[in-house]
Amino acid sequence: MIRPESEKELGEIIAAGGPFRIIGGGTRPVGHDVDAEPLTTSALSGVKLYEPGALTLVCGAGTPMTEIDAVLASEGQQLAFEPMDHRGLLGTAGPPTIGGVVAANVSGPRRVRAGAARDFLLGVRFVDGMGNVVKNGGRVMKNVTGYDLVKLMAGSRGTLGVITEVSLKSLPAPEARAVLLIEGLDDATAIEALSTALGSPYEVSGAAHVPVGLDGTPVTMIRVEGFEDSVARRAGLLRTLLTPLGGLRHVELDPGMTADGWAWVGNAAPFHDTTGDVWRISAKPSLAPDLVAAAPAERVLYDWGGGLIWIETPPGADLRERLGAFDGHATLVRAAAETRARLDVFHPETPPVAKLSEGLRSKFDPRGVLNPGLTRRNPSAAPDGPRKNA
Amino acid sequence: MRMPEPDSLVLSRKPRIVALLLEALGRDAVIDAPEEVRAYECDALTAYKCPPLAVVLPSSTEEVSAALKICHREGVPVVPRGAGTSLAGGSLPTADSVILGVSRLTDILETDLGDRVIRVQAGRTNLSITEAVDDSGFFYAPDPSSQLACAVAGNIAMNSGGAHCLKYGVTTNNLLGVTMVLMDGAVVELGGAHMDAAGYDLTGLVCGSEGQLGVVTEATLRILPKPEGARPILIGFDSNEVAGSCVSDIIRAGVLPVAIEFMDRPCIRATEAFAKAGYPDCEALLIVEVEGADEEIDHQLGLISQIAKPHDPVELRESKSSEESARIWLGRKSAFGAMGRINDYMCLDGTIPVSELPRVLRRIGEMSREFGLDVANVFHAGDGNMHPLILFDANKPGDLELCERFGAEILKLCVDAGGCLTGEHGVGVEKRDLMGHQFAPVDLEAQMAVKDVFDPHWLLNPAKVFPLEATASRRGRARAA
Repeated sequence: MIRPESEKELGEIIAAGGPFRIIGGGTRPVGHDVDAEPLTTSALSGVKLYEPGALTLVCGAGTPMTEIDAVLASEGQQLAFEPMDHRGLLGTAGPPTIGGVVAANVSGPRRVRAGAARDFLLGVRFVDGMGNVVKNGGRVMKNVTGYDLVKLMAGSRGTLGVITEVSLKSLPAPEARAVLLIEGLDDATAIEALSTALGSPYEVSGAAHVPVGLDGTPVTMIRVEGFEDSVARRAGLLRTLLTPLGGLRHVELDPGMTADGWAWVGNAAPFHDTTGDVWRISAKPSLAPDLVAAAPAERVLYDWGGGLIWIETPPGADLRERLGAFDGHATLVRAAAETRARLDVFHPETPPVAKLSEGLRSKFDPRGVLNPGLTRRNPSAAPDGPRKNA
Repeated sequence: MRMPEPDSLVLSRKPRIVALLLEALGRDAVIDAPEEVRAYECDALTAYKCPPLAVVLPSSTEEVSAALKICHREGVPVVPRGAGTSLAGGSLPTADSVILGVSRLTDILETDLGDRVIRVQAGRTNLSITEAVDDSGFFYAPDPSSQLACAVAGNIAMNSGGAHCLKYGVTTNNLLGVTMVLMDGAVVELGGAHMDAAGYDLTGLVCGSEGQLGVVTEATLRILPKPEGARPILIGFDSNEVAGSCVSDIIRAGVLPVAIEFMDRPCIRATEAFAKAGYPDCEALLIVEVEGADEEIDHQLGLISQIAKPHDPVELRESKSSEESARIWLGRKSAFGAMGRINDYMCLDGTIPVSELPRVLRRIGEMSREFGLDVANVFHAGDGNMHPLILFDANKPGDLELCERFGAEILKLCVDAGGCLTGEHGVGVEKRDLMGHQFAPVDLEAQMAVKDVFDPHWLLNPAKVFPLEATASRRGRARAA
């Protein structure tokens, strides 16, 4: 495992060799297998600047999430996009890093209101496939100086550059939280309830539905956060607002219970310790019930008001074929190697978009040394040696 | 302002180019008479003007594609134009360019309240989007002060902000997808009504690319439910620096206002003379607005008062009604008009870390004395986006140039303080030649490589954003080809 101690050293290593399999904490191995030398950013670690009064945090890409959470918590702040922890779902171990969160644009339940990881990423430094150290963005919230490569790097999964440093916008952690739980709704009614709640002025910060809850009944969960008096009031208003849709309604205020409940949703806990393939669908929320009905689903969890759907299917099933074309995309997050050799992990792009993506790769990584083959299935590819470019 | 020499070959082929555009789009959509193209010679940066070769006003994505195909084949530079409100010269033409205006693309294509999205054609004005969903209890969050006139196309090109970014973000945080036509005429669909990108976040890359990567014809935008209510508090201070510290303290205390606006004494005095909002005559004032139900607003404004008190405010005025709120906002909203009434001014747009506000304001004051030009400050303090207004006399020879030199020094100061050249107006031509102060050559090279992919011949809005020397070889490609 290559473990550069500085950005400069990383640049020299990349300029001199490759290909590399880029790793932060190694807890999110989503994608096709990359047969290349592992290179970790874990030594590029540590908080470099934290200004709570400006809501900004700058840190090395290898900084563990636990360290970031602790630093922010000391000032009553947090990362509002609530990044998911993939370890339970993927059976991985070790410390998740902020670089991995950013490179995979990992967001959690609060994404539906607050935004995704990419929305809180103010700046990046990265090393491209030629070994150049590049910076983009900065540490201020409003910045339109030049192209926004920050957004390009967020979610690029180490295929355009190795992120070495990130600056992030933090936000105050809410003082209190209340969750409206509704039992007994079918999927379509649940999505309607979530949509109504999200369209209300009560600042809903979580909107999830599980068709088979812990005790076997469907549970719809709606979260509000803020000042203590305010959350109880708003949860009550939501309860009244959603009365016409039926179900058994209950407001939960207990901090421990509500925290556990949203971690369960955010970390896709229903799929921990199960054996099927797990798909993550990002879709226009109102499509969610029909997409699930069309899927060979063994287990389902809706988040983001229906905009995010986790589906477990029997191993090897081609979910995309069953769903057809829709406004959104499906990612095969967990499956055996033979399934991933047969099915694309990431949703195939349309020809004009694929041409742009390939063009960007050829500019940022002309030798094809950064995570070659991670995002695109190529059954005939020779696993060793740098990829030749068209 | 230096612009590239027009391509004489393109100029000499104007009749052929116009004929091709007429054939494709019809007489109604092509403007080529010299006296008529003059209406497009500049945008809101009126100091620089140049009539274009021709103007096309397509009515559909297909027509945009047809026009771009012709220009691509003929090697004609194309300058996309939204409503022409750019303060940075983003749609300033060159003599050999065709202006592609999206002003006829104004339809709402789909309003989907359940999914909280609206799909519109990109020539539609910003404010009309909120107006379209207002009765249903929704709004479109980015609110640049030109929102009555500016088009979504321009908002996307410049990644426009507004006063409420602290809570709701800027255009890129509220843009879910676009239909875009590349320079070669290819139509690309990016994103949609779903909440994250399938592969690379190309929607995020296109937003803020100043019309250099493609022409956006349609956009899917996030709309949000309107808050239960909103009310401001006005706080006056006898020093800019104390006001700056108070901003930082408010944010740090865990209150998240929807806006924190700042005005200094020159600006307060000018707006008082004009709008008579009843502002205190003090060095600096903040307007802090919070949202929620009445009791939540009271709670938050109470917290803000407690934070402000140790800073010895000379005035603390909590709004208790919509009339009082309107009065507090009256002066701020008339600030630019009031300044324009007493003077010519140049509005800057740098951003700095909030913690640097006191130091940067003090330094701008010193520089004002060095240059002998007055400065008024009115800006979005919560996110550090400053708008120093440099006052000058357009009729006095040399004053504009002096003002521009002063402006450049202020923007460099913003960069050196850890900020950036532009927070919401864009680089355009105005700050193009300052880019080297913020970015190393390798940083600019990475950005220009993106344009190489989307527009290999550098025909779309080519002389903007990057220093001319840095793009010369690329811009020559079309001619060489």
